[in-house]
Amino acid sequence: MSILERLNAGEVSSATGETHEADTRVKSNTPVNGEYRLLVLDAPQSILNCQPGQFFHLLCPVTSAHQPYLRRPMSIYGYSAEKGELQFLYKLTGEGTRALAELKVGDTLNVLGPLGVGFTIEPEWQNLLLLARGVGLATLAPLAQEAKRLGRKLTAICSARSQDVLMSIDYFESMGAEVITLTDAEGTSDMDSMRRVIETKISEGVVDAMYTCGSNRMLKLLQEIGATHNIPGEIALEQQMACGLGMCQCCVRSFNRKGLITQERVCREGPVFGIQEAMAW
Amino acid sequence: MVNLTTKIGSLTLANPIMPASGTFSEDLFEVLDLNQLGAHVTKTITEEIRGGNPTPRVCEVRGSMLNSIGIPSKGIDYFIDNVIPFYNQYDVPLVVSISAQTADDFARICERVSVPGVDAIEANISCPNIKEDGKAFAMRPSTTHAVMTKLRGASDLPLWAKLSPNTGETIEVAMAAEEAGADALVVSNTLLSMAIDIHSRKPKLGNLMGGLSGPSLKPIALRMAYQCAKSVNIPVIGCGGISTVEDIVEYLIAGATAVQVGTATFINPNAMVTLLAELEAFLQNQNIQNVSELVGSVRDEDAADAVVFMETAP
Ligand SMILES: Cc1cc2nc3c(=O)[nH]c(=O)nc-3n(C[C@H](O)[C@H](O)[C@H](O)COP(=O)(O)OP(=O)(O)OC[C@H]3O[C@@H](n4cnc5c(N)ncnc54)[C@H](O)[C@@H]3O)c2cc1C
Ligand SMILES: Cc1cc2nc3c(=O)[nH]c(=O)nc-3n(C[C@H](O)[C@H](O)[C@H](O)COP(=O)(O)O)c2cc1C
Ligand code: FES
Repeated sequence: MSILERLNAGEVSSATGETHEADTRVKSNTPVNGEYRLLVLDAPQSILNCQPGQFFHLLCPVTSAHQPYLRRPMSIYGYSAEKGELQFLYKLTGEGTRALAELKVGDTLNVLGPLGVGFTIEPEWQNLLLLARGVGLATLAPLAQEAKRLGRKLTAICSARSQDVLMSIDYFESMGAEVITLTDAEGTSDMDSMRRVIETKISEGVVDAMYTCGSNRMLKLLQEIGATHNIPGEIALEQQMACGLGMCQCCVRSFNRKGLITQERVCREGPVFGIQEAMAW
Repeated sequence: MVNLTTKIGSLTLANPIMPASGTFSEDLFEVLDLNQLGAHVTKTITEEIRGGNPTPRVCEVRGSMLNSIGIPSKGIDYFIDNVIPFYNQYDVPLVVSISAQTADDFARICERVSVPGVDAIEANISCPNIKEDGKAFAMRPSTTHAVMTKLRGASDLPLWAKLSPNTGETIEVAMAAEEAGADALVVSNTLLSMAIDIHSRKPKLGNLMGGLSGPSLKPIALRMAYQCAKSVNIPVIGCGGISTVEDIVEYLIAGATAVQVGTATFINPNAMVTLLAELEAFLQNQNIQNVSELVGSVRDEDAADAVVFMETAP
């Protein structure tokens, strides 16, 4: 048999891992507000064995207006093996995300994933708290689904500029989470307010583990609170990526592992890391 | 059935497609069947443990990319204990890319990686030589000759020299490597480049500058592969900007015996296997029995030597 025939017969394939390069079909691609859009894809089962916190590497389309070259990393916002569905919540930023915004219902999008190591939920962590701001929501949202599945209690603290750009509140509530909103407009989103809200929850005894995403300020806050109250936590980090698979070593960040500074690949050892080992940047 | 078997000196490959150093690692096994590749080429290693360059280490430029990864290395001991055994699970030749900052250090790591399980050594001589003036070994014929001579003395394994497009003396460097005992040339590494964010006015790479790879590099590396094939008698392995089967065929016609695929794997992790299938189909359609029939078949009979070997655009 020729290589092509064997390829088509699935004999030369990626059968070794959970990660696949796959074509998906756009079910919808709609604005959530001025800056964010929700992309819903019809996806094959092979790529739907996902964990909250993992990501996909998207081959954004080349259009007449936008010519992205490298893939773009996006956290999994939603996944459902039953519905054969994969969702991304993305912020319009540059070439790649603007090209994504041009995708129409029925278009094909090539994705690579699921990639990376997601969040852990240890058996003894009965009460979870997540702290999200901006696009960090996209990364943390699947924790709600997983918490519900595992029967854990979840407090979701969502921060944004104003009430109208808060996203996913209904989603978190539908997953049984208690939602606390903090906004710049109301003057409730500064670090001191966040700390007060979290420490109140801790005093109520409903925080066994904390999760956050992206921001330096929230990292430092949760590191301090975690150290003071001896509560573990995790953070999903971002870094520029090329391969997304661990090959090129472009996506490294520094971590403090028991006093030793190490470089780890965000795409491979991460994107989720222990809150105390992550280093502010 | 077409014959894809490819000989690089004493080494026989099942097919002419292999990864380019630094764009491939054990991690790819999750997506791709590593048994399909002509050879496995590992990321350049150094003898000592090294950290690599500041981030951001990559940025894209229209249709291509720049990188300033540098050579972060877990050191040779880790490599021998962990990486070689991983690749030895596959029945595919293993090519180990090495580097060092002086010719003597280069010879030492070359000797140390010449162990069972390694089938060839690729010398990444496109890195700075700190004993000279910091210019890459591959910039000049003299430094190329000196380092390749030391390497030749340090190992009996097939020795490949990976050239740099940053030199203005491609042919002389190629001939110096051959004369010093190289068994093949890999042409080429990335081209020194730069990109600036016009809003922040900051260079887009943490290291200021980096190497261009991807489709934009192809015409340059193809020209070099052609010139090298014209001037040496050892095989040339084409590398730079390959993303389609036509690119591969073009390199073979220019005189390359085999090719390395780099950045394309970042865009499509299955690229090498897809390209292999397409190459086979191309040869079938063209009624070409042996892939080697394409090698060096460029129709340049009328060109004068002065033109073939020119070092600057007319
Ligand atoms: C693991 C991970 C998960 C992510 N999840 C989401 C998500 O769910 N929703 C979302 O809106 N964004 C997410 N991001 C950020 C997203 O990848 C970038 O916003 C996006 O790549 C920008 O591409 P662009 O072409 O529109 O912008 P440009 O600024 O034009 O991008 C230029 C280059 O920089 C890279 N880049 C720019 N910003 C980032 C960034 N923050 N992180 C990494 N690379 C970047 C791009 O990939 C591209 O290579 C995530 C990033 C990572 C690493
Ligand atoms: C991220 C990255 C890392 C690389 N690392 C190495 C390396 O360690 N050693 C080396 O010889 N070449 C390295 N290269 C160069 C490639 O091997 C190849 O020569 C170059 O990218 C051109 O081929 P391409 O256009 O197909 O990518 C690297 C290239 C990239 C993009
Ligand atoms: S993006 Fe290539 S190693 Fe992480």
